[in-house]
Amino acid sequence: MKLLKLLLVCSLFLAGILVNAQEKEANKNHSCLKCHGHTTFKYMNEDFGMEIKESMCANRMIDTLAYAQSNHGMFKCTDCHSPEYETFPHPGQLRMELMYACNDCHGGDPEYAKFHFEAIEEAFYESMHYNRSPDAFTCWSCHNPHTYKTQARVGENIIETVRYDNNICLSCHADVSKYELLTERENINILQSHDWLPNQELHFKSVRCIECHTQLSDSLLVSHVVMPRDSAIRECTSCHSANSHLMASLYRYKSLESRKGGGFLNAVILNDSYVIGANRNQYLNILSVVIFGLVLIGIFTHALIRILKRK
Amino acid sequence: MADEKLYLYPIWIRIWHWLNAVFFIVLLLTGISMQYSNPDNPFLISFELSVQLHNIFGILISINYLIFIIGNLFTSNGKQYKMKTKGLFKRLYDQSVFYLFGMFKKQDPPFDISVENKFNPLQRFIYSTAMYIGFPIIIASGFALLFPEIIIPQIFGLSGILITALIHVIIGFILSLFLFIHIYVCTIGASISSNFKSMITGWH
Repeated sequence: MKLLKLLLVCSLFLAGILVNAQEKEANKNHSCLKCHGHTTFKYMNEDFGMEIKESMCANRMIDTLAYAQSNHGMFKCTDCHSPEYETFPHPGQLRMELMYACNDCHGGDPEYAKFHFEAIEEAFYESMHYNRSPDAFTCWSCHNPHTYKTQARVGENIIETVRYDNNICLSCHADVSKYELLTERENINILQSHDWLPNQELHFKSVRCIECHTQLSDSLLVSHVVMPRDSAIRECTSCHSANSHLMASLYRYKSLESRKGGGFLNAVILNDSYVIGANRNQYLNILSVVIFGLVLIGIFTHALIRILKRK
Repeated sequence: MADEKLYLYPIWIRIWHWLNAVFFIVLLLTGISMQYSNPDNPFLISFELSVQLHNIFGILISINYLIFIIGNLFTSNGKQYKMKTKGLFKRLYDQSVFYLFGMFKKQDPPFDISVENKFNPLQRFIYSTAMYIGFPIIIASGFALLFPEIIIPQIFGLSGILITALIHVIIGFILSLFLFIHIYVCTIGASISSNFKSMITGWH
C-alpha cells in the first residue's frame, strides 16, 4: 500500500514537471508576443507612473497562430533576434541588426540536405529579383520567416499549394507599399499583362506564377530562378501537351511520389484539375481508336460489296 | 421509291445544315488539335488558334442549333424527328437488314420516302438522338467549359472540369462517328452524289 502511495506521489510529481515544461514551451515567446502578437500594446511610463497604450506597427506584428504552425514555430524569438530585445524600450542600435538568411542556419547541414538550400541560394543569385535589387532582396522578401510553411512537399491539395505560393508573389505584386520597398519601378498590373491568357481566373487558381516565370531546374523541386518578363513561358503547349511542363514543376512532387498510371496520362493532375491536352485516359484513347477503326472497316466493307454487286 | 421529284429540304434547313456541317468540322478539327495537343505534330492546328476557333465556332453552332430548334417548333419539320415507340425496334431492324443485305439483292427499301416521312426509321432514330440528346449535352458541357467558374469544383472526389470535359469529348467523338456514317450513307442514293445534290437544291 505504501509502495502504491509512493508511486502515486512520484507520478503526480513527474506529471507536474511535464505540464510545467509544456507551459514553459508554450510561453517561451510570451514576453515578445504579448506586444507583437496584438494590434495594441501597453507599457508603464515609470517617470510619470502612467500606463500607456499604443498601436503596434503592422509590419512588426506577428500572427501568433500562423507562427506556431509555421516551419520555424518551435523557435524562441531570441534564437534569431538579439537577446537585447528582451529589454524595453528596445535599444535603438538593434535596428541595425542584420537578419539571418536561410543558409546561415541550414547551410551545410546534412539534416536539411534534401531541401537543397545551397542550390536554392545559387538559383536565387541568378534570379532577376536578386539581380535587380541585390541589397533589398533576401529569402525573407518572399518567405516570411514567421509564417513560412513548406507546401509543395506536404500539400495534398494542389489548389491550396497554388493559392499559398501565388500569394507569396502577390504579397508584392498586388501590394504597392511592399513592392516599392524593393524597386523603383512602376508597379506591374498583373491582370493587364496576362490579358492574353484565356480563362485568366481559372489559370490563376490552377497554376502558380512560378510555373511560367521561373527556369526549370533538374535538382530543385521549386525553381528559384525567377526570369525576366521576356523569358516567361507564353506557349500554351508547354503545359497543354502530353509532355506537360507542369509535370516537372507543379506536379513534380506528386508525380515523384506516385508513378501509378491509373489509366490516365499524367494522372496526378486529375484530382485537382484538368489540363486540356495533358491528361488523357489511355483506355478511352484505345477504345476510341478501336471504335473508329471498326466504323471505317464497316464503311469500307459495305462500299466494297456495293461496288462488287453493282452489276 | 416515288418516281416524281419531292421538295424535301426547304431553304432554311439547307442553310442550317451546311452551316452546321462547316461549324462541326471546324470544331472537330480544333477539338482533336487540343485533345492531342503536340507542338511537333504538323497536322494539328496550333493550340492557341484551336482554343480561339473552338470557342467562336462553339458559340456559332449553338446559335445555329437554336435556329434549328425554333424552326422545328414552328414548321412541320419538327414532326420528322418524332417517333412512335410501338414497333420501333421492328422498323429499325427492317431498315438495318435492308442496308446490310436487302440493298445488295436489289430489293426495294422497306419504307418509302415522302414529304411527311423524309427519313427512314433508322435515320429518324439516329438524327433525333444526335439532335435532341447529343447536341444539348455537347452544347451544355461546352458552355460550362467556356465559363469554368460555373462548374462544381469536385464531383465524387474528381475534378468537376475533368468530368465535364470527359462528357464533352465522349459526345464529340460519338457525333464525329455519326458524321462519317452520315456522309457514307448519303452516297446510297439514286447515284452517289444525288443525296448531296438534294441538300443543295432541296429536291429529292
